[in-house]
Amino acid sequence: MTPLAHYLIFSGILFSIGLAGVIIRKNIIVVFMCLEMMLSAANISLVAFSRAQGVNGIPVYDAQVLALFIVAIAAAEVAIGLALIVAMFRARKSVESSTLNTLKD
Amino acid sequence: MIHNLPWLFLLLPLIVAAIDWLWFSKCPRTAATLSTLSAIATFALCVAYLNGWQTGTPDVYTWLPVAKEGMTSLSMGLVTDALAMRMMLVVTGIGSLVHIFSIGYMKGDTSNLSRYFAGLSIFMFSMSTIVLADNLAMTFIGWEMVGFSSYLLIGHWFNKDSAADAAKKAFITNRVGDFGFLIGILLTLAVFGTITFAEMGGKAAGIAPALLTATVICLFCGAVGKSAQFPLHVWLPDAMEGPTPVSALIHAATMVAAGVYMLVRLQVSMGTEAFTETACITIASVGAITAVLAALMALQQDDIKRVLAYSTLSQLGYMVMAVGLLAGEAAMFHLYTHAWFKALLFLGAGAIIVCCHHEQDIWKMGGLAKRMPLTVLCFLMGTFALIAIPGFSGFFSKEAILHAALETSPVFFWIGAGVAALTTFYMTRLCLVAFCGQARDHGAAEAKEAGPTMLLPLLALAVMAIISGYGFIADFLVPYAGFEAHGFELGLPFYVSMGSLVLGLIAAFIVYGCGKRKTDPLAGNALSTALRKRLYIDSIYDKGLIGGIQEYGAQIIEFADAALIRGMIVQGFAWLTAKIGMLLSWIQNGSLRGYALVAGIGIIIFMFILAFTIPTI
Repeated sequence: MTPLAHYLIFSGILFSIGLAGVIIRKNIIVVFMCLEMMLSAANISLVAFSRAQGVNGIPVYDAQVLALFIVAIAAAEVAIGLALIVAMFRARKSVESSTLNTLKD
Repeated sequence: MIHNLPWLFLLLPLIVAAIDWLWFSKCPRTAATLSTLSAIATFALCVAYLNGWQTGTPDVYTWLPVAKEGMTSLSMGLVTDALAMRMMLVVTGIGSLVHIFSIGYMKGDTSNLSRYFAGLSIFMFSMSTIVLADNLAMTFIGWEMVGFSSYLLIGHWFNKDSAADAAKKAFITNRVGDFGFLIGILLTLAVFGTITFAEMGGKAAGIAPALLTATVICLFCGAVGKSAQFPLHVWLPDAMEGPTPVSALIHAATMVAAGVYMLVRLQVSMGTEAFTETACITIASVGAITAVLAALMALQQDDIKRVLAYSTLSQLGYMVMAVGLLAGEAAMFHLYTHAWFKALLFLGAGAIIVCCHHEQDIWKMGGLAKRMPLTVLCFLMGTFALIAIPGFSGFFSKEAILHAALETSPVFFWIGAGVAALTTFYMTRLCLVAFCGQARDHGAAEAKEAGPTMLLPLLALAVMAIISGYGFIADFLVPYAGFEAHGFELGLPFYVSMGSLVLGLIAAFIVYGCGKRKTDPLAGNALSTALRKRLYIDSIYDKGLIGGIQEYGAQIIEFADAALIRGMIVQGFAWLTAKIGMLLSWIQNGSLRGYALVAGIGIIIFMFILAFTIPTI
């Protein structure tokens, strides 16, 4: 059985890549995808904990329920986020985050 | 209960002033009547007291109790000895006459007369406080109150700039002296351990002379301010901007004499040994300098009231000199006669001014002797008393001072004699120019005799100016315990004062003739211009002292305001905020990625703290 640490390290790497993408990338769609990736990283660690805490091969389902909730919320978030991006593209003809500086100027 | 009646001297005028001001500010007649009645009532009370009607000591009230051992509580009490009560007679007597005179003088005046009479009543209250006070703190309260009422009354016609300025000048100049007086009171408390007059006696012997000198000179500062001695004399001539009855009451007879009264009160209660040699020489010199300078300046004044004002200064100098020569008795004698005849002169001048349609320049008068003989006669009585013609009151008191001076210090005797000659000269000049010859202006040409409310006080004062110096009346009225008038005696002082009298008379007659001249023959040269311009002392104060203080003071305040408050505090904080804002504004750069980075770092720090520093529950 794969030890818990492996899952957590994988989850950490996935989360870091996602965070780096959010910070570095300009394209909002990519940023959005990276956000999704971070959510997935969290899900992985939740499921991993759930298995590791299990007794006699039966996992603790509380964490898996939480993971399901996150998936559902992520789906809703995608719907809203993509709609926003489409609206933004229509208004600005661009999906670059660096163009979002109207308030500063 | 009845032994507390002297408190009425204070309360009656105070209550009347309040009523005048609060209820009768729209009906000046009632206010005038009330004030006059209260003045006459206090006068009657005073006469009753002097006749031995009541001798008890009034209660002493504790004003500011001090519980600590060895500290003195401040109390309010009254002294009713001969010095105080006879001084009260002068104050209330002249006060009553001035009230009556004011009714005639202020008739037809458009200013608020209720305010005027309320001011007079406040003055009567404050002056009584000074005279009857049994300790220095109470004296000081009265001292400030007379300054305040003097301010009110000098500035009665405050629409005139000159009157408003004169009121301010009087008040501020007095503050300079009062500051010294306050220090003097504190020194007295420290040195004598008490400020109650009755407890000061006999304590001076064990005290270091330097301390005594400092105390007395500081207290003397108060007298320099209030009695208008050099170098603080400048306010008194300007105070003539007030109504003439006010000049008579406050700036000739009573308030300006308060300084002399206070010094004599101290001499009586501390004992003359408290007045060290240095202090005495200082006091006498200041008095002598004032007497000489003021007499010189009076020589070339054209305003009838200003001549009298400088003459008042000069006579006050005489009194202060006598105090400095430890002749308190002579000082009080002169104060008492001077009060009557100088009030007479001022009220006479007031009557003349009213009758000449408010003309004050003596060179525009002339020929008044024919037009208003009774007023002029009264004025002449005052003049004879002032220039010390034998038989008039001023002669006896001046003689007393000259005697005292000759016994103690001949220098001051000769100064006094010189001043007497100058006095004779300028008073004769005034009388010759204003009363003889022909009218030089239409005001004087249309002058008529003054009305009865003005003439009656004049006549009463004229009688006092003549008889008040004789022993049969002076022995009972001169404000000094156990005063005895020394009969007239031939001797050096008599010959010298006669000499200066004759000298002054002859000189004035030669220069001014019998009122035929149109202008002053002495005017025009540098000396007379200097005298006319008050020896430039006022201009030096204005330009040098006040100008300098304002200039440099303004610079200091400018520095404090511009550099410290505006620069460092107000603008400094604004600058600091702006800088911090600039510094922090790069965070708000509008870049989504930047925000994400900060948020990310924040989350990491937060997690770190949660995971590693907060102990698990």
